[in-house]
Amino acid sequence: MTQPTLVVSLPPHEASRVSVATIMWSVVIALIPALIAGFLTFGIRSLVVTLVAVAACVVTEHFVARVLLRVETTPVSDGSAVVTGMLLAFNVPAGIPLWQIIVGSVVAIGVAKMAFGGIGNNPFNPALIGRAFMLASFPVDMTTWPTPGAARLFSWSVDAVTGPTPLSLVKEGGADVIASGSLPGYWDLFVGTIGGCIGEASALAVLIGGVFLLARGFIVWQAPIFYLLGLAGVTGVFWLVDPAAYADPLYHLLAGGAMLGAWFMVTDMTTSPMSTKGKVVFAFAGGVLAAVIRLVGGFPEGVSYSILIMNAFVPVIDRHLKPRKFGYGGRS
Amino acid sequence: MSRLPTFAIGGIHPPENKITAERPIEALPPPAQLFVSVSQHIGKPAEPLVERGAAVRAGQLIARASGFVSANVHAPMAGTVKKIDSVPDASGYRRPAIVIDVAGDQEWESGIDTSPELAADITADGPGIVEAIATGGIVGAGGATFPTAVKFSIPEGRSVDTLIVNGVECEPYLTADHRLMLEEAPQLIVGTRLLMRALGVNRAIVGVENNKPDAIAHLSTTLEEAGPFPEGRIEVAALKVKYPQGGEKQLIQALTGREVPSGKLPLDVGCVVSNVSTAIAVYHAVQKGRPFVERIVTVTGKGLREGRNFRVPIGTSVQALIDAVGGVPDGTAKVVFGGPMTGKALTGFTVPITKGSGGVIFVDESEANRGHVRGCIRCSRCVTACPMGLEPYLLEKLVNAGMWDQVEREGVLDCIECGACSFSCPSNRPLLDLIRLGKAETMARRRARS
Repeated sequence: MTQPTLVVSLPPHEASRVSVATIMWSVVIALIPALIAGFLTFGIRSLVVTLVAVAACVVTEHFVARVLLRVETTPVSDGSAVVTGMLLAFNVPAGIPLWQIIVGSVVAIGVAKMAFGGIGNNPFNPALIGRAFMLASFPVDMTTWPTPGAARLFSWSVDAVTGPTPLSLVKEGGADVIASGSLPGYWDLFVGTIGGCIGEASALAVLIGGVFLLARGFIVWQAPIFYLLGLAGVTGVFWLVDPAAYADPLYHLLAGGAMLGAWFMVTDMTTSPMSTKGKVVFAFAGGVLAAVIRLVGGFPEGVSYSILIMNAFVPVIDRHLKPRKFGYGGRS
Repeated sequence: MSRLPTFAIGGIHPPENKITAERPIEALPPPAQLFVSVSQHIGKPAEPLVERGAAVRAGQLIARASGFVSANVHAPMAGTVKKIDSVPDASGYRRPAIVIDVAGDQEWESGIDTSPELAADITADGPGIVEAIATGGIVGAGGATFPTAVKFSIPEGRSVDTLIVNGVECEPYLTADHRLMLEEAPQLIVGTRLLMRALGVNRAIVGVENNKPDAIAHLSTTLEEAGPFPEGRIEVAALKVKYPQGGEKQLIQALTGREVPSGKLPLDVGCVVSNVSTAIAVYHAVQKGRPFVERIVTVTGKGLREGRNFRVPIGTSVQALIDAVGGVPDGTAKVVFGGPMTGKALTGFTVPITKGSGGVIFVDESEANRGHVRGCIRCSRCVTACPMGLEPYLLEKLVNAGMWDQVEREGVLDCIECGACSFSCPSNRPLLDLIRLGKAETMARRRARS
């Protein structure tokens, strides 16, 4: 009897069905609710900005990988450039000029990701680097917030006003604004009828995506929860000390990019620590930093910088906070 | 919902694919030739006692254990010794094997009780049992093939309080132990009592994963009917399904909460672990005088019309098993010897069944090849999966870089080679391959140091 040609390989002979593409496209799916919320709040322009950012990221990655480096290690089909594009777009106002988001995308992928060797090798979150670059380069357009409203759903032009976002209200207004009771309510913050970046419109929409990733097992609950805990802890202390001058922690959790950052950027696989212990420290310290920047720093919003700063600590955290090894004592 | 016990760190859930779980054990049509390897166990090969042309009876000793860690080998069937040849084993190494032309008439060695009646009266004492185990050539049938008599010879000054019987069978596809628990529960219980007596313990736990509720129920009722026992208490414990629960250290932790320290043995936490099929082999050896000459092998695969659980004489070639299921199914591109997580991919079908071979699995083309290797995205799935709490991604990098001191410091020798890391990797990185390389290099460096 003839023997078929046999494949000989080392064990294991089974592999999980989860690939890099599975993970990345799941993140894309998880970002859809926030995209819909952005569209409902800021109109068609938010969709266009997102599409342009995604296209610019994908084209940049393809160009660098195939034309400049001629490597096969970063297949664009894995979806990671799409995730970066979406996250970058979610971190800018809907009224941003399209050429600016293209520049941001090129920096995010070209500088923050591909220059370090492509997927898996970037020390900093590419979308946040892109955003930081844009904030430094185009400070006016990056802080010109469209007024939310469903009426202009399909209108190209946005009624852009300079400020305020819920966070800049409390930052600049301080005690007067808080006392006046003119801040947006928790419900508005939660479901999303507030000014800000495209992806910050609705905490609820972000949460839906986050819970989806949690259920798929692609993120651990500790990362977002400890980030939010750190943020709520520090803002809570300030609020307890002087409730007249500081917004309460719930406001801080729901306003701005806290939810988006906690669920989609603190949880970024490549730029966060490997052990769960490490993820806890990374996330909690990030949350504390975000609160400090918001309360005493120069910006009304501190989420992106808090995460970028913590990204730099990942190698140190990985070296010192290791998983508990079997057979060396210690509790489970 | 009650929470079933399991091990504390890591673990994965590969698809179970227990296709043959409902298939009763059946006898294999007698093969024409047997290739009985003299090194079916960990330790020194046995020394052949027969010469070319000799007539052997079934159960006759044909190769004697040489040295302390070694095991006797018996003729699985009666016949004539054709030659002593070298036959490739599952790893592809050629090993000496006694080739037997099987006779038409099967005559057993005198003193072996081949009747199916249960012999439940135990007369042997502890040392007598260990001696009978050694005589019968019993080795760990779960796959490790460590000589059982050595394992149950507890060194002076050490004490054991619990015998653990491993009925987990956490490897996907395999159902040999499952069927044995259903079909030979009384023998398993007597075998367990013998092992308890050999160790002098009054507590035994049979650990079974919850995906075999029929086996758990059947064992429990059989135990109730057969007991109480003078040796002590035998419990059946249902465990939460998680791979690699059948790993010795994982199973001890799941059942007793004790953690075997790094580099130590189960003995160091007062436990000895034995597989259900080993316990049944012990029953046969002690109560029936019947040596380890056959085992249950699951022949299975998604492409196979009918997977089967066969009772197979040791030394039967994989080819004979393939013939018994009607040939290799179309589209098969890999044949795995053992379980899919830890088994070996065969290069040919002349490989004989040994005391530790629990399965032959046909893998379809669509699943036979590894996926394209991509860059590590630091997803930490390997870290989460590792049941020993290691960091496979880091070990891979360190081995690649040849940083051997760090490889050792990161605990490479704690790796139990379960394959959970490679299984989990979304980038198909060869994590376990490199970790094994790191283990080999670390061992070599340790030897060189001492």
